[in-house]
Amino acid sequence: MSLFLDLLSWVFLLSGAFFSIVGGIGILRLPEFFSRLHGGGITDTLGAALIIVGLMFQAGLSLASFKLFVILFFLYVTSPSSCHALARSALNHGLKPVLDPPRKLKATSDGAVIKEADGSK
Amino acid sequence: MLVVTAVAILITMTLALIRATLGPTVFDRVLAINMFGTKTVLLICVVDFMTGRDDFLDLALLYSLMNFIGMVTLLRFTEYGSFGEEPVE
Repeated sequence: MSLFLDLLSWVFLLSGAFFSIVGGIGILRLPEFFSRLHGGGITDTLGAALIIVGLMFQAGLSLASFKLFVILFFLYVTSPSSCHALARSALNHGLKPVLDPPRKLKATSDGAVIKEADGSK
Repeated sequence: MLVVTAVAILITMTLALIRATLGPTVFDRVLAINMFGTKTVLLICVVDFMTGRDDFLDLALLYSLMNFIGMVTLLRFTEYGSFGEEPVE
């Protein structure tokens, strides 16, 4: 049972480390600000949750586990809302997301668009 | 395994610092520093379990509360354009 808990904890810790590094590479390599928010969001929620749950498996049912839960709760409240505030302030200050170039006319007038117009009638 | 996780968190902190140094806009820098704060909390938690000292978790709790205050400050600043002081005439 103890070995099983250790294995589970290692799996959580290693996947948390993996997602953390992926988010770090994303925040460095992605082309513009609004896509970098995506990389930051991965590490702030998924990586943090996996690492803290892995540590909770090592701690067992104790006061340390409760403290880890409170830390996880605060991270989950603060990180997505700060990302949201950041994106809204960037939009308010005139930073526009870089979109794909508009598609050709041939691609927009295929069957899917016509079908959608028929369904809305 | 805890050492591997700590090294991965340190690598992520380094990448975030590189982005904070390079960042073309101020929002990139704020995003990178926000991520750096989150990774600091995680690193303190992992170091607590590496060294076996229980009191590091309280420090991590304090850091997450400081992140919360920073988030509220950022939200106020983006909402009102000031930190709540009296407008200068």
